[in-house]
Amino acid sequence: MPLVGVHGVSKIFANGVQALADVSLDVEAGEFLSVLGPSGCGKSTLLRLIAGLIQPSGGTIESTAGKAELGFVFQEPTLMPWATVAANVRLPLKLKGLDPTAPARVEAALARVGLAAFASSYPRELSGGMKMRVSIARALVTEPKLLLMDEPFAALDEITRFRLNNDLLELWRSLGKTVVFVTHSVFESVYLSQRIVVMTPRPGRVFTELAIDAPYPRDERFRTSAMYAGYCRQASEALAQAMATGEGA
Amino acid sequence: MSEAGARGDARPRRDRVLRAVLPVAVLALGVALWEAVVRLYAIPPYVLPSPLLLFSTLIADWSVLSASLLVTLTTTLEGFALAVVGGVGLAVLFNQSRLIEYSLYPYAVILQVTPIVAIAPLLLVYLPQQAAVLACAWIVAFFPVLANTTLGLNSVDRNLADLFRLYGATRAQVLWELKLKAALPYILGGLKIAGGLSLIGAVVAEIAAGSAGAGSGLAYRIVESGYRLNIPRMFAALFLLSVSGIVIFFALSLLSHLMLRRWHESAIVREV
Repeated sequence: MPLVGVHGVSKIFANGVQALADVSLDVEAGEFLSVLGPSGCGKSTLLRLIAGLIQPSGGTIESTAGKAELGFVFQEPTLMPWATVAANVRLPLKLKGLDPTAPARVEAALARVGLAAFASSYPRELSGGMKMRVSIARALVTEPKLLLMDEPFAALDEITRFRLNNDLLELWRSLGKTVVFVTHSVFESVYLSQRIVVMTPRPGRVFTELAIDAPYPRDERFRTSAMYAGYCRQASEALAQAMATGEGA
Repeated sequence: MSEAGARGDARPRRDRVLRAVLPVAVLALGVALWEAVVRLYAIPPYVLPSPLLLFSTLIADWSVLSASLLVTLTTTLEGFALAVVGGVGLAVLFNQSRLIEYSLYPYAVILQVTPIVAIAPLLLVYLPQQAAVLACAWIVAFFPVLANTTLGLNSVDRNLADLFRLYGATRAQVLWELKLKAALPYILGGLKIAGGLSLIGAVVAEIAAGSAGAGSGLAYRIVESGYRLNIPRMFAALFLLSVSGIVIFFALSLLSHLMLRRWHESAIVREV
């Protein structure tokens, strides 16, 4: 049984814009799934639907991961500027109520993203990449089953992005989470995921699925391999076709 | 390289010194000029007292003036405190309930746009003088707090709000942990405006009460001294009012700086 089942979901916003039309997909427990599509194809909407932040206009979403077992990473770090790094990471625990283990869990989450030394810093004192790490630590602090990531590295420079890609894979492998990763980057989706769902724009539909059968751990050698290049070509072609269908519709 | 570095270091320090020294120099120059003009043209003190006379009056009449200062400052601070509680409280109420906002907001605006000088005599008819003066200070000061707090409460980052929802935050948690904290810089901005305005409100009401009132605030002293042609005391009282305004402004600026210095862009000294 999949962790999340999306069945024939559509979403029409109050202003009449149809973001999604008849989207179906399963998220298997433990997998790394990427949702690839151009801007405005409803990828973020799909993620927000899975998180339960908005309700579908049609279709159903079944999830065995309860709301308490979700972690969400936004495109921006979305940190509270008035709170220290530790207080930001602690937020999900604080909102749930008193938890005597909270300080230890915050410390562990910060250590996992390599920011143990910055617990008492304020967000403005950190670089873009470090802020995103804090955001990831905050998503991990509740030990969620399912991690939803909405183009988390889109605003970062390539060097930082590659490093965070590697760190994310490391975390995924060591923690055994399920990750749904939304991106518009073909290269990022191929590098990270086991499976890629390619979406069409306006309204978003699932165009096709691609399995990336490359072994983990993946590293710089994989990034420069012929296999990686082959998958990237496949994904690019699928994306190009998806966009052509979207425009034709 | 080193030369540029040295200049970069020296500039902020020189800037700070200039910022402190220049206003004082202008003040000294102005006072000296004033004294010189009064002496040169032998202007009588009931037309324009010299600065020296002003200060000697300040010392000679200190017992009367300090009592008045205390009265005005008390009114101002009480009016300010009520404005903060009322402004923030009403803004929170509006934020929590749209119906209350729709029902009351127009009246808050009406209170704000009707000139306080026109309302003061009416308030003096219906309220005991002390309460009327306090009401004036409050009416003038509460609106900027209300308007700024409302703006702040509505300026919450959408994603942060989603995050709070995702983790099942209660209404109270969203208000305390998110909205009020995000609104803090706006609220502090409102306080800075309200501090000066509550002093103005208190003074306007005291003047409206005038000699008819039993009040003894600084503005009352100004009116009274005017009737008695005791112009030096009038100036001394004016001087104290102006100093009070400056102190209130700097106290609130300091408060704002202390509360925001760790995280808000406005309080951060940028190295250029």
